Amino acid sequence: MRPETLRDGTVDVAVVGAGPAGLAAAAVALLGGLTVALVDAGQELGGQFWRRPPEGSAVDPGDDLHHDLATYRSLAGTVRSAARDGRCRLLPGHHVWTAVAPPATAPGERPQGPLPLHLLDRSSGPGRERTLRLDARHVVLATGAYDRPLPFPGWDLPGVYTAGGLQALLKGGGVRAGSRVVVGGTGPFLLPVATGLAARGASVVVCEANDPRRWACGAGAALGLPGKLVEGAGYAAALVRHRVPVLLRHAVTAAHGTDRVEAVTISRLDASGGIVPGSDRRVEADAVGTGWGFVPQLDLAVTLGADLVASWDGNRVVRVDEWQRTSVPGLSAAGEVCGVGGAQLAVREGQLAAEGVLRDLGRPSVTGERGLARVRGAVARHRRFAAAMAHAHPVPEGWTAWVDDATTVCRCEEVCAGQVRRAVADGAVGVRQVKQLTRAGMGWCQGRMCAPAVAGLAGPGEGEVAERLVATPVPLGALARGNGSPPHTLSRPAPEEKV
Amino acid sequence: MTSFRLDGRPVPFVPGQTLGAALVAAGRTSWRTTRNEGRPRGIFCGIGVCFDCLLTVDGVPDQRACQVLATEDLEVGTQEGERRAP
Amino acid sequence: MRVVVVGAGIVGASCALAAARAGCEVVVLDRGQVGAGTTSRGEGNVLVSDKEPGPELDLALVSRTVWGRWAEELGADALEFEPKGGVVVATAAEALTPLGELVAGQEAAGVVAHAAGPDDLRGLEPHLAPDLPGGYHYPQDAQVQPVLAAATILAAAVRLGARHRPATEVVGARRSTDGALQAVLCADGSEVAADAVVNAAGTWGGQVGERLGAPVPVLPRKGYVLVTQPVPALVHHKVYSADYVANVAASTEGLETSCVVESTRGGTILIGASRERVGFDPAMEPSTVALLAAQAVRLFPVLERVQLMRVYRGFRPYCPDHLPVVGPDPRVPGVLHACGHEGAGVGLAPATGELVAAHLTGADPVATLGIDPRPFLPDRLLTGAGDATRTEDLT
Repeated sequence: MRPETLRDGTVDVAVVGAGPAGLAAAAVALLGGLTVALVDAGQELGGQFWRRPPEGSAVDPGDDLHHDLATYRSLAGTVRSAARDGRCRLLPGHHVWTAVAPPATAPGERPQGPLPLHLLDRSSGPGRERTLRLDARHVVLATGAYDRPLPFPGWDLPGVYTAGGLQALLKGGGVRAGSRVVVGGTGPFLLPVATGLAARGASVVVCEANDPRRWACGAGAALGLPGKLVEGAGYAAALVRHRVPVLLRHAVTAAHGTDRVEAVTISRLDASGGIVPGSDRRVEADAVGTGWGFVPQLDLAVTLGADLVASWDGNRVVRVDEWQRTSVPGLSAAGEVCGVGGAQLAVREGQLAAEGVLRDLGRPSVTGERGLARVRGAVARHRRFAAAMAHAHPVPEGWTAWVDDATTVCRCEEVCAGQVRRAVADGAVGVRQVKQLTRAGMGWCQGRMCAPAVAGLAGPGEGEVAERLVATPVPLGALARGNGSPPHTLSRPAPEEKV
Repeated sequence: MTSFRLDGRPVPFVPGQTLGAALVAAGRTSWRTTRNEGRPRGIFCGIGVCFDCLLTVDGVPDQRACQVLATEDLEVGTQEGERRAP
Repeated sequence: MRVVVVGAGIVGASCALAAARAGCEVVVLDRGQVGAGTTSRGEGNVLVSDKEPGPELDLALVSRTVWGRWAEELGADALEFEPKGGVVVATAAEALTPLGELVAGQEAAGVVAHAAGPDDLRGLEPHLAPDLPGGYHYPQDAQVQPVLAAATILAAAVRLGARHRPATEVVGARRSTDGALQAVLCADGSEVAADAVVNAAGTWGGQVGERLGAPVPVLPRKGYVLVTQPVPALVHHKVYSADYVANVAASTEGLETSCVVESTRGGTILIGASRERVGFDPAMEPSTVALLAAQAVRLFPVLERVQLMRVYRGFRPYCPDHLPVVGPDPRVPGVLHACGHEGAGVGLAPATGELVAAHLTGADPVATLGIDPRPFLPDRLLTGAGDATRTEDLT
């Protein structure tokens, strides 16, 4: 998508994130007659789930990597057509680096004035970033989630990726990261990653840390969702077709190599996730994918002061009401930030979020009363299914035993497990205090990669969701150029834009 | 074939690929070393979150290879340790 | 003597260590963890350069000496104590004269400062903007890693027999009929027997004072510290512009921003500190962040392409006259205050601890420390009615 020409005026709705939830929210808001700005850090509509090469690209990863492409095309079509009409501003390559909720006049009251989002525009390329402000009457946060990795010896070797990283290379770049791939961790997401690579000729092994009998426990919840069963059956068939072994109760417990991964150790796990003695075996691999579920991207929600709740998978997520409204007036949230449940749930939550905004503005519903009832029914079923999946795919308690003291935990600051353990032995409690004493989580990624591991080694402690007022790194020069009053807003082209 | 240069050597890419995707496709798994231990790093998360895949793009350091689209004749540089002399 | 210290920040930890060394039986209570409040939200400044001649500078000079001693006793690494020195730069030629006058007064008080012309500045800081007219080098300025330092100092107190109870909130005090302090009451229903209680609750000092029956006007002042990505060593001292000095003593409402730039051991660059008095509204103003970034790039143009990675936000506790409140409360026997250090708590903590220990044991701080305790006593803040301004509810 190309950045839309900037035009005057505060938008009715700013949607942050152009994945399934954000696309749906934007499309429904547009169908309801509102003006919309759709902001995404990436180059293209679709987010991670519908990640695609840029428009006009010669890369053709293949449609078999995607589900519900019809939904994507319909939503993206609505958004693109509104962009041509000037009712939707597409802002690809823009990252909301921070946001400030104006103080409410009274508890629960709508604050005076719009919600300002502060954007970093990276669309002009490295060294040409600029900051600007987007004013919106309503904001829908649909910032999605990222993989939850857990450390193991050698996980920082090149060639070890998150499962989502392997998938992004394939979906976005048409690149198969290896020819002998081991995908390990837990959860249904490992399967599409494995089948996608196997379909492109890689020899793939899947290590699923949990046991299929736990799937069976949750299968009842899937009965209302035939599509999910078909999807699951499709992966099962593809795994068989491509001769992908799925080793249950197994995990990748070490990666080996000097400058890149050459092999992994696969171990059988006992009931608590400990390694069954003598079960280790070495498997050659030139690429490894690791994923233990997903962590919702909550930075903006936390910065804006939205209340959080515990989700079905143990994550903290944004608390929303039946219209996806958060505790902050004017701020809604949809998709994985409200609980990791996949694209079909996210689309419906995005729909509800936009319907909620329409309702708040006294506009008629796009979906209609009966349609909304169906959406709510589907949301309830998908949430039950997600909860069952989460129940069947916990992070095994014993994982910390695979991590020796020399294993890097914080990849950015190169803090090893031994340092974290020493800090805990010295009395540190929780991720935040371990960070202050060891630097784990203080680097480039701001703890997004290591916080789950540190929490596992140290206990979550107080304030278990990190406050990240700066959601993405911003060049000081871009901030400095944006300094002064009035701020560069989308309604007021900044001086350098004219050059 | 279209290509950009990594430390002066051509790396082919398909238009629409990120620098990271093109490097992985070319069999290159690392292009940065870490600050303290000099360990090699390349793509890890692939979606812009982990900042492992940093490199220098047209003289601007600390760019994420997984986020920057490859373009013809782009000058890309590996980063060693503390990134570069200022 | 049984002493309860409320607050496990840098000031509380210092009070605990000084009191334990003076032979007191110490219990440190904090509603959270070590150094989790304002201590964790700052740069760890140990500065003499930013203070005008007067009681605070006297306290800072003593404190600087104690920091040096503690670094020897506890290990410089365990505190990440770095005597890196400060460089104060005039951003315009007009600032040189008032800066020189300030330096003359500071030198009379015992501060060491060397005038630095444009060439000297380049020698001290090669990446400074070439058009800066001059400044001063303050070799006494130093830095610690504040959370690590608080933990290390508290651990030293614990080795001397002090007890530390984190996650224990103080809700009140129990007294005998004649008013003598008997125990400090905790939110979990427990009591800690005490002959004296030290209010070292920092930004929450006003509230803790109230709970102990001794309210003091400690007000919050918003502050930010910008943290950049790790970079090679670009900045060698604490470098700040001369207008920062004027801002510290300012008490006008509204935005007063200036910038301090320095490198850390981790390779990041810290850019502080805005001083904005806006109560406890937790919102962050991106305009303030942008202003700080612009000032930092003005001092060090090389920072133009360095990326901001995070912003620490915190509240600096201050008293209306911008001096900390240290000493016994005249209204309530057994209550001592040690809070309201504004943005200088780390720098002033060791001397504050020693001063509190002197008050506890009846020693004469003029003789033992060379500190006149009177400017810091709570008496100055109390109105005629014997009641301090009620502070906001901070919970």
